[in-house]
Amino acid sequence: MVDPSLRQSPLATLHLGGREGQPAPEASVHLAERRSVGKINLRADPGDGVLMNAFESVLGYPLPLDPNRTSGDGKRGALRLGPDEWLVTVPGGQENALFGALGTAATAAGGKHVALSDVSDARTILTLAGPRARDVLQKGCGLDLHPRAFQTGHCAGTLLARAAILLHQTGDAPAYDIHVAWSFAAYLWVWLEDAGAEYGVAVGEVE
Amino acid sequence: MLRIECPHCGARDEAEFSCGGEAHIARPKEPDKLSDAEWADYLYMRTNPKGILAERWCHTFGCRRWFNIERDTVSHEILRVYAMGEPRRESGT
Ligand SMILES: [Zn+2]
Repeated sequence: MVDPSLRQSPLATLHLGGREGQPAPEASVHLAERRSVGKINLRADPGDGVLMNAFESVLGYPLPLDPNRTSGDGKRGALRLGPDEWLVTVPGGQENALFGALGTAATAAGGKHVALSDVSDARTILTLAGPRARDVLQKGCGLDLHPRAFQTGHCAGTLLARAAILLHQTGDAPAYDIHVAWSFAAYLWVWLEDAGAEYGVAVGEVE
Repeated sequence: MLRIECPHCGARDEAEFSCGGEAHIARPKEPDKLSDAEWADYLYMRTNPKGILAERWCHTFGCRRWFNIERDTVSHEILRVYAMGEPRRESGT
């Protein structure tokens, strides 16, 4: 594990520090980074009810079984990535304990073909919120994000400005979490600021 | 651009997918027993029809799963989406 004192944001090269939390009354888009989120990739057979129940008792919520759906809340949740694959999120620092508990539960439930991977540092999360957030995304994303098609609690692996992302709508404002590979984060941040410039962008405080 | 119905995610733009070429080409069980010509035939020769073609596609930027489709190479219409391992249909349409 990396010495925490050596950790820095993938956005450090953008020198955003002086702009964080600055009042921006005209802004209708708020952009920030969620730095401290633990992420575990979980693969398992959704048809194994005993196993699914075991995971639910550890997580406190059921894994979502429907396509492009999430469960849990903003701090602790699960995003369905594929028919047998989820991304489980926890507050940063708790991923090791959860990783162990999920592994123990899988073994006790006799689960076959279960895979757990700590992917906390593979991607970071940019947050985009505000009345024009949807308009910003639609400039570079082919998904239909209209509320009739994509709502709070929905997620999708897709492309934004040619970068691979995992998009998760977290609120009706609307608000989105954008999971993006560490090395693409600065590029995507700059793209989002440019796409949002006409609506006014406020740089939010980071967690 | 094609709109492809991923069996796990629903309809998405072609840009999210990768095409894996013609489907249902089985790797020879005993490659050492093949002549160079037979091996080259397995590696390189494809049916390339004007009409209905079975293809493998992967939803690379979505769920990352492989599946098969039947596509009309003239109209680009997608006639069928089906799982890897499912047999091809005897006659198209
Ligand atoms: Zn898919």
